[in-house]
Amino acid sequence: MIISQQKNREELLQNLEGKKRLFLVGCGACATACKSGGEEQVFQLQEWLASVGREVTGSVIIDEACHIMRAARDLRHHRDAVAEADALVVLACGAGVQSISSNTDKRVIAGLDSLFLGNIRRLGQYEEKCSLCGACILNETAGICPVTTCAKGLLNGPCGGMEEGHCEADREVECAWHSIYERLKKQGRQGVFARTVPPKNWGKLRKPGRLKLG
Amino acid sequence: MSQLQRELSQHRFVVTTEIAPPKGVDLSAALAKARALQGITAVNVTDNQGGNMRLSPLVLAARLLEAGVEPILQLTCRDRNRLALQADLLGAAALGVENVLLLSGDHMRFGDHPQAKAVFDLDSVQLLQAVSHLNLGRDMADRKLQGVPSFFAGAAVSPGAEPFELMFQKYRKKVEGGARFFQTQAIFAEDKLRRFMDAARPLGIPVLLGVLLLKNAATARFLNANIPGVQVPPELVERLEQAADPLAAGVAIARQQVALAREICQGVHLMSLGQEELIPAMLT
Ligand code: SF4
Ligand code: SF4
Repeated sequence: MIISQQKNREELLQNLEGKKRLFLVGCGACATACKSGGEEQVFQLQEWLASVGREVTGSVIIDEACHIMRAARDLRHHRDAVAEADALVVLACGAGVQSISSNTDKRVIAGLDSLFLGNIRRLGQYEEKCSLCGACILNETAGICPVTTCAKGLLNGPCGGMEEGHCEADREVECAWHSIYERLKKQGRQGVFARTVPPKNWGKLRKPGRLKLG
Repeated sequence: MSQLQRELSQHRFVVTTEIAPPKGVDLSAALAKARALQGITAVNVTDNQGGNMRLSPLVLAARLLEAGVEPILQLTCRDRNRLALQADLLGAAALGVENVLLLSGDHMRFGDHPQAKAVFDLDSVQLLQAVSHLNLGRDMADRKLQGVPSFFAGAAVSPGAEPFELMFQKYRKKVEGGARFFQTQAIFAEDKLRRFMDAARPLGIPVLLGVLLLKNAATARFLNANIPGVQVPPELVERLEQAADPLAAGVAIARQQVALAREICQGVHLMSLGQEELIPAMLT
């Protein structure tokens, strides 16, 4: 899931300058789960906008705002309210915002900061485990990603800053290489320690990414 | 062949120390410091150490060579991708720099530019491999070089890190990657150092013991709290605390470590924390 959080109201207010009437968009998927762009947050935004003298022409929660065609369809359903607005405020990740901006020529204002692809520990507690590097090494690292969970993304073992199994960059956190080592040991295998991992092929991470099946 | 490489191959006890480039463009103080050094084989030039931005170590290394002081150019993976690392290495070779020390680099979170994007395109093992490759006349893309460098490549190791086996696996990878000498992180626990040297000796790569001058108890406490991988045991902190002349006590501790290095290591790397004039005292 894409983890996002709301920009502070002050920053949002700057972006709203000169915009009187607004149409609001939320996302029913990730931004709802993150409590950054669900029904409740869109409602709160609406109340706040009223308090700063803005008018809301309408709103919609798109099932998955990152779905470009679905976003187009939902905006069409609210054609009139969108047409009345000076701008659209979108509470969705950056991908969701761009689904909207690719479907309207109106000014689109992003209300969130997108943070990372996150795992859910429990509702409200998210952790980054994978940074989508395009060449997954998990099979050798006992299912723990050093690209993401090592603060330096090292591929051949811990740095000199590891202390008692904790990370140099944050002593509260376990060193990824310590976790990998411990788990491989439990599994009785050498895994990534059996060879020197060559430099990562970042070329596999096509930028911008594209994938078309079939 | 560099002086460092020659002396190590002749099994002479080697002494290195380090100088940080200035934050700014005035090299005079750094060069004066380097010229005043005595009994030193080569001087590490640190690379944005601790994530703090300073003048390019490559430039200071070249100026040290001109001044007749042999440099060990440090290069961290934190700040450069593989193109920039190789480009700087070739530049160093063209300027006559032979010794390099290849490091992952401290995380920049605690440096003076915490907003910077960390690079870490390579890790230290991969950088060692790249240098071995350059020495064979090829870059990382396997393209032929015009003129072949002959680097004497070193790496760092933290002999006191736990778990020992995990740290040692990395050490072995560095040896396989082409490390020809090691400089250790400062380590004060003799038993841990002995354990490491017992395991490392069969691999046959010279190890220079990192000896850090403890100026007083406050320094020791600061190191414990802030420098990753450095631990000053409580009894040494106590000894500095009780000493009438803490600096003299610090020098005495350093001297004991140098004596231990003479027994089980191939040299020392002295970190005098700005007290270069005390280096001769640390060595006697
Ligand atoms: S190696 Fe890590 S970042 Fe890359 S795909 Fe696998 S889990 Fe994701
Ligand atoms: S301590 Fe471990 S997790 Fe942290 S940067 Fe070093 S190797 Fe990576």
